[in-house]
Amino acid sequence: MAHGRPGLTGPLAAAALPLGFLAVFFLWPVAAIVRLGLGPGLGAVLTAPRTWEVVGFTLGQAAAATAVAVVTGLPVAFLLARTSLRGNGFVRAAVMVPFVLPTVVVGLAFRSLFGEGGPLAIVLANAFFNVAVVARTVAALWSHVDRRAEDAARSLGASRLRTFTSVTLPVLRPAISSAAAVVFLFCATSFGVVLLLGGGEYATLETEIYLRTVQLFDLTGAAALSLLQIASVVAVLVLGAFLRRRSTALRLRGRADTTRRPAGGEWAVVAAAYLVVLALLVPIASLVAKSFESGLDGYRALGGTGFRGSLQVTGWDAVLNSLRAATDATVLALVLGGISCIALVTLGRSRARPSLVEGIDTALMLPLGVSAVTVGFGYLITLHLLPGDLRTSPLLVPLAQALVVTPLVIRTLLPVLRSIDTRLRQAAATLGATPLRVWREVDLPLAARSLVAATAFAYAVALGEFGATSFLARPESATLPVVIGRLVARPGELNNQMAYACCTLLMLVTVAIVIVVDRLRVGTVGEF
Amino acid sequence: MLQITDLTVRYGRQTAVDAVDLRIADGEVLALLGPSGCGKSTLLRAVAGLEPADGAISWDGADLSGVPVHRRGFGLVFQDGQLFPHRNVADNVAFGLRMAGAARPERDRRVDELLDLVGLSGFGARRVTELSGGEQQRVALARALAPRPRLLLLDEPLSALDRSLREHLAIDLSRLLRDSKTTALVVTHDHDEAFTLADRVAVMRSGRIVQTGNPDQVWRHPTDEDTARFLGCSTFIDAPAKDGVVQTDFGPIALNVPDGTTHLGLRPSALRVGPGPISGLAQAVVHRRDHVRVTVKTGDQEVDAVAGVTTAPSPGEQIHLELDPDGVAVVG
Repeated sequence: MAHGRPGLTGPLAAAALPLGFLAVFFLWPVAAIVRLGLGPGLGAVLTAPRTWEVVGFTLGQAAAATAVAVVTGLPVAFLLARTSLRGNGFVRAAVMVPFVLPTVVVGLAFRSLFGEGGPLAIVLANAFFNVAVVARTVAALWSHVDRRAEDAARSLGASRLRTFTSVTLPVLRPAISSAAAVVFLFCATSFGVVLLLGGGEYATLETEIYLRTVQLFDLTGAAALSLLQIASVVAVLVLGAFLRRRSTALRLRGRADTTRRPAGGEWAVVAAAYLVVLALLVPIASLVAKSFESGLDGYRALGGTGFRGSLQVTGWDAVLNSLRAATDATVLALVLGGISCIALVTLGRSRARPSLVEGIDTALMLPLGVSAVTVGFGYLITLHLLPGDLRTSPLLVPLAQALVVTPLVIRTLLPVLRSIDTRLRQAAATLGATPLRVWREVDLPLAARSLVAATAFAYAVALGEFGATSFLARPESATLPVVIGRLVARPGELNNQMAYACCTLLMLVTVAIVIVVDRLRVGTVGEF
Repeated sequence: MLQITDLTVRYGRQTAVDAVDLRIADGEVLALLGPSGCGKSTLLRAVAGLEPADGAISWDGADLSGVPVHRRGFGLVFQDGQLFPHRNVADNVAFGLRMAGAARPERDRRVDELLDLVGLSGFGARRVTELSGGEQQRVALARALAPRPRLLLLDEPLSALDRSLREHLAIDLSRLLRDSKTTALVVTHDHDEAFTLADRVAVMRSGRIVQTGNPDQVWRHPTDEDTARFLGCSTFIDAPAKDGVVQTDFGPIALNVPDGTTHLGLRPSALRVGPGPISGLAQAVVHRRDHVRVTVKTGDQEVDAVAGVTTAPSPGEQIHLELDPDGVAVVG
């Protein structure tokens, strides 16, 4: 038997680490919640009219926000994919900012616009986040679709609109439906935005779980709601996978020969895209303006603990807590995500069954689908059983954040690693490079930019993580988003100003990160 | 010396390479020639150690099973170069030397030497993405040769290039392989390429080696009709032979074959428009680069023939055909 392709043992052993992490820090807590939820509380929760009101609102606002995100995202996708206008680089970055902004920041930004919030504010805020997902996912496909099919349709007498609906749209459908499924998921599990804009009146499953756990101590009720949430998330994931399956093979072109200067009616679409970008900047500008409303008071207040000691830490302590936790979480996510990617890529190249690779891939994406609040809640009821009670460990928050961030690292790195031609690695091997050396000499340099982008992206998201962190952070280790959440929940104008100042700080970091990522020109960030 | 014994590669139920025996002597260039999908690239990849296979591959008597790709010391050139895009030309060529732990001065010297050899002196600092297809392929060759491989494996090395460049580079490559006394296995579907490069040709079909021999042998005596067809024969006839002369319908031809019935394969160039015993009706006339291809109906069969560009008939014209022994192959 001559030596051939890589065996399965190595990569499977490598995959065991992230999968083990997933089992202990995700499946176990979630399973514990499921068990708790299946108890006697389930019947009571399922028959309560309040439950179905919450479910209805959760799905309704998610559907509305998804529709808004798709409608506003498409013109931007057109602008990015089909035109060669000068400002496209700026648009690409500007659209990305909201996606990386912490949810509490967005919540507060919309509060600064809409006063106390309400359903409209919730829908718009959730859409605001996700325009980037639609624009970037669709543009990624669109920029590689052969333009000549459209030219052929036009030459056969179809109008521009007709060409779009009968030629372009069917081709883009897989990207649109895939993006829509992800956006729906994000909106349905959105926590910070709803907590800040719902004003106690409007609740989603996510905020309801939080309220029942933290304020009403109704653990079984909360668990039953988590169960309902998991069920609906799984349903959406399955639907999304089904829609992706039906995508057809496309004739893809290089990016350059699909862009041109817009002509005629296309300018209207371009104008719409610019309008969307402008609209995205409004909440951000409003937030910054609000933080300076009473001069620098908000920023000065960062040295203290808020109005009448609303907090147990100062604003600057929270900044340090945030940076520390996000650093730990990013390192953890890079290790886990890196190992996962190596395992998945190696398995993909081996003779492993594709369904096995796909299965592991999907499993690693699961945390993306299950709400952070559920995970945080799950930690509270399981992790004390581990040796050296993790619930009091400073590692708890980074662990939870890493769980949320790792799928994003994988989604950014994996496509790049997968796109490296196997023969390039084989060329290195025939030149005497050991398998480890091949990774160092070929894969690592080729994926370096994506690695930096993934790091920055992971850091930004960890920094802004709110759902799980608000469950797990102890008062003295509160991060910025948690502090913001507490500040706005307490009375006092000083608290508000301080919250706006915190938001502006967080946003500055986020914008800096987006600029770094954009400079690296890595295409896979924020694409699904 | 490379010795392949009873080598079999299976993909699931499909057998890509079927019990192949092959030997390449030191300094010999062997071309593995066959239509696409015949398993020739798979065989090459198995030799490189990139494909799990049953059977034995040995070098100078030492069994290579269990020796991973990077320890085999076999260089590989892909159809499309596969240069490392993040390294410049010199770093690509130096890669194998670096893996072998060669010192910097020696590396630099060898890189210059090889760039010189492939006609790219002074290209060291260029980005590989800026090179033309032909230049990339030259760099790939230099990269593979730099660590002085025991055996060079070339997988359709010229197929991605356009025709004039391909012919030009084939001659260069042939000289380069001979000058450096490289032992090489070239996989190709192009018989011009195989015959230009190789000392010996192995014809492969459906996973099996059906014939090996020097280019002239294979060209003149294809082992069966399928091989003859692959090597350009389009008309097949049976004719009686006696005392070294074969009497065909198109006229007599001197061939060193035993008496009795001979099976002949005719390439289009075997039949020329000119004074001959057989006449026919020109059906289709197609201009090629340096000749004209004519489809001729004679009796109840259609045959391919050639004509000079200036003397080409028009479709529908009545013409005569004469036999050119150069285009005739003895099949079997």
